[in-house]
Amino acid sequence: MTTAEAAAAPDERPDADPVLRVDDLQVSFPSEAGRVHAVRGLSYHVDRGEVLGIVGESGSGKSVSSLAVMGLLPAQARVSGSIRFAGRELIGLSDRELSGIRGRRIAMVFQDPLSALTPVHTVGDQVAEALLVHGGGKLSTKDATARAVELLDLVGIPNAAARARAFPHEFSGGMRQRVVIAIAIANNPDLIIADEPTTALDVTVQAQVLEVLRTAQEVTGAGIAIITHDLGVVAGFADRLMVMYAGRAVETGPVREIYSAPRMPYTLGLLGSIPRVDVAEKQPLVPIEGQPPSLSELPPGCPFAPRCPLAVDACRAAEPPLVPVTGTGGVAHRAACHRSEELAGDRSAEETAVQVFGAELVEPTDLATVPRARRQTVLRVDGLVKHYPLTRGTLLRRRVGTVRAVDGVSFDIVRGETLGLVGESGCGKTTTLMEILSLAKPTAGTISVLGSTVESLGRAEAKRIRRDLQVVFQDPTAALDPRLPVFDIIAEPLRVHGFDRPHIRRRVADLLELVGLRPEFAARYPAEFSGGQRQRIGIARALALEPKLVVLDEPVSALDVSIQAGVINLLDELKAKLSLSYLFVAHDLAVVRHVADRVAVMYLGKIVEIGDAPSVFGAPRHPYTRALLSAVPVPDPVVERRRERIILTGDLPSPADPPSGCRFRTRCFTFAALPEDRRVLCVEREPVLDAAADHAAACHYPRDSTSLQRV
Amino acid sequence: MNRMAADTANTPGGPDAPATATAGAVRLGAAAGATRGRLTLRRFLRNRLAVAGVVVIVLLYVLAFAAPLFSPWDFTSQDPDAYLSPPSARHWFGTTQIGGDVFVQTMRGLQKSLSIGLLAAVVSTGLAAVVGAAAGYFGRWADRALMWLVDLMLVLPGFLILAIMSPWLRERGWFFFMLMLAAFMWMITARIVRGMTLTLREREFVKAARFMGESPWRIIFRHILPNMASLLIVDATINVGSAVLAETGLSYFGFGVQPPDVSLGTLIRDGAPFALTSPWLFLPAGLLLILGVLAVSFVGDGLRDALDPHASHGRFKEKKNA
Repeated sequence: MTTAEAAAAPDERPDADPVLRVDDLQVSFPSEAGRVHAVRGLSYHVDRGEVLGIVGESGSGKSVSSLAVMGLLPAQARVSGSIRFAGRELIGLSDRELSGIRGRRIAMVFQDPLSALTPVHTVGDQVAEALLVHGGGKLSTKDATARAVELLDLVGIPNAAARARAFPHEFSGGMRQRVVIAIAIANNPDLIIADEPTTALDVTVQAQVLEVLRTAQEVTGAGIAIITHDLGVVAGFADRLMVMYAGRAVETGPVREIYSAPRMPYTLGLLGSIPRVDVAEKQPLVPIEGQPPSLSELPPGCPFAPRCPLAVDACRAAEPPLVPVTGTGGVAHRAACHRSEELAGDRSAEETAVQVFGAELVEPTDLATVPRARRQTVLRVDGLVKHYPLTRGTLLRRRVGTVRAVDGVSFDIVRGETLGLVGESGCGKTTTLMEILSLAKPTAGTISVLGSTVESLGRAEAKRIRRDLQVVFQDPTAALDPRLPVFDIIAEPLRVHGFDRPHIRRRVADLLELVGLRPEFAARYPAEFSGGQRQRIGIARALALEPKLVVLDEPVSALDVSIQAGVINLLDELKAKLSLSYLFVAHDLAVVRHVADRVAVMYLGKIVEIGDAPSVFGAPRHPYTRALLSAVPVPDPVVERRRERIILTGDLPSPADPPSGCRFRTRCFTFAALPEDRRVLCVEREPVLDAAADHAAACHYPRDSTSLQRV
Repeated sequence: MNRMAADTANTPGGPDAPATATAGAVRLGAAAGATRGRLTLRRFLRNRLAVAGVVVIVLLYVLAFAAPLFSPWDFTSQDPDAYLSPPSARHWFGTTQIGGDVFVQTMRGLQKSLSIGLLAAVVSTGLAAVVGAAAGYFGRWADRALMWLVDLMLVLPGFLILAIMSPWLRERGWFFFMLMLAAFMWMITARIVRGMTLTLREREFVKAARFMGESPWRIIFRHILPNMASLLIVDATINVGSAVLAETGLSYFGFGVQPPDVSLGTLIRDGAPFALTSPWLFLPAGLLLILGVLAVSFVGDGLRDALDPHASHGRFKEKKNA
């Protein structure tokens, strides 16, 4: 025990006291537009061994409040209130005193594991460093290294002794996040703050990392505060939830209670805006209109009032306090809303949300009722292969291998249909898109757009085809030239294709209205818009030439949940209105289930399962699809805790050296359960996908076949 | 649709006119002519210092060409009654050691140096932008060939070449001299531009332009170069000063502007040794050079801010995101 700890000990009362108690925390930053009040009177506590989920949109103050706990805010931030950690006040401590607590008793897991690790030290050294820094000289370097290996083993890094000597860049994202968790738990902390720990990761890896965090908590008995914008992630993981809006907690309570009976319209809207992967029929998504208020000059009243469909005069007059809700909840469930009582009822949260926010489903068009076979084929991809050479040497380049980014992909899209292309990052879905969009000859296979094969196209023909084939990118900030006003951005495709000025002007105004923006916005620059609005501008640009097929590359994954619903609804509406076809690439299966008519699941450059969305999601046949689906978190604590999870082991193999036979066999749980003699088939023969079938899976032992049941 | 329109109601800045009417131009309202060119011009004109810079440059030109007309002296003429005399009513800026009128000489020098400085800067930065962006954007053989050219130009001693070419240049006049000056100033910038192009090329808005069928050169001029405008403008601003000085250096060794002709550079060079005893010899030329370069840099700043939508409130945005 160090002296500092001994001195603090009398303060520490036994378990009854929470690990962390934050009272009336206020954080503000100076800015040119006045002081930004990032956190305005936040109070919460984390008990020992408890998981508190902190949920909110970007800018709601959730990260700032936890940085305040860590004492990591920049010097110009003004912090007031009280932060008591194990009974000891943290506000006002010097940086040196805080350093004794940080990393030892409070640990942090950051969002981006790549920047959280030093690239020039081995991961073993970095874990050992965490031990040595707080070891007070009692721990020898050798012991620290040995303990580091133990910790790496604990967080599930295979072959930890050898991998400890590897550098961060040699690890995948999920493995890096495990290392960060290992560092976090190295000193047996009492509190772990995890800031969006899984946001940068794939769903399959996200499930693994959450599992590791759970293990870490069991081992250390620490309290965890997990910050996230994804209500699905915390449903199964957190015990209590705190929803933040505009720098304050607007609702807190036990997870189950909040999900089943939210008492604040914002929480309600958040719950209603998430598409569910576990619900078969399409439910309407609730968009929360507008955007979070500017925190520099908040008007009086409830900050959510301008976006709230239930707002009454009282809401604009005074900000409601966070008080226990009447009825079911008890004191644990608190909400800050003048009308929270009226939200009590027997209906499910989703139903209430749909009613309160007035969301509705887009009516299917006549086109949707025409059978697929009778509709025009908009895009046909046949045996598409894209290989990249791996070269070494600068002067004399030698080819040392081939990256098989896309290795024989076939699918087609008919008029008015949405094909969802899903898979982990690195599975080749983006390469497939880029091959289609570049209209160049692929390594092998054919791509035909509206019946014309791309490799035979001349320049003029290619330009004609481009009119029918447009793209919406993932990151709306990167996809719009920051130096061009919105008018020029939307006018660009029209200008390229030779429309005259009056026509362009009329069309730009039409397009802005079509995507729900005001025509006067044409004179502004992209930087003046919010993420959702920028994505709408991107969609307007894609629709300028009245295309037949729009390629959507993760169009909503960079947006906040409440905004995401608005964009998904817009895409749905436009599809019906303009009879568009979409090629929708996403890693979020819940979104894909909501928008797609057909789904293709990709793994390591190949499609492993393709079929109608209801049958693929309802009765997945390929083990990979089943694993993906089970990894998607469901925003319902009851379902989430009951659900059986298939957690895939390991990472995606390198596409430069795919496994023989079935590519998925190295991570396949079906394969692992097979007797030796039946595995031979998987190792030696590659399963073929019958692309012509309505629902096909590239697996030797698909789920519905009798063979599996005998296993 | 109404629902979505409401989404946009509380954007920064606030609405200035309700969406009405049918014709596109009417609905766009004030935004109708909101192309980049007009917006940039509007933003540039709003910047007082930048406009003042333009005015100063124009005035300098007017002064340089018009003022000698009001003086009885010629830049070659000598006044045997006034050797090294301080400014007076007869000689406004004084005279040189051999009785030359400093005012007229300064104006003569200003005519040359202004044109050489401004043009050389524009030509060299423009060349750097085009070569660098082409090398970066097209890659492959274009990249190798152009970078090979850049490396070649970098190792060639520019001074030597100019010296060898000077008899030929003398016949052609100052314009070709300016071109030669510019030809040895662009390489380093071209390399920087190439590097920036390599990253910009992979940005999604460039891909988007490519996927909508925009031609490569238009992508370079519409998307790539405007996004590195800050670099190019700073580069051009610095080049104005260095071109004027480079010309002086060459003149010193007998190339470039030759006596009895003068440039601001030669005037400064000749007058500097007497700075303490007869400051009128170089002060006018020096001050005019400073004024000119200062005006150019104000114009450059204004242009950069006008082109960059973040310029005025960039800092605030950054903090808000943090």
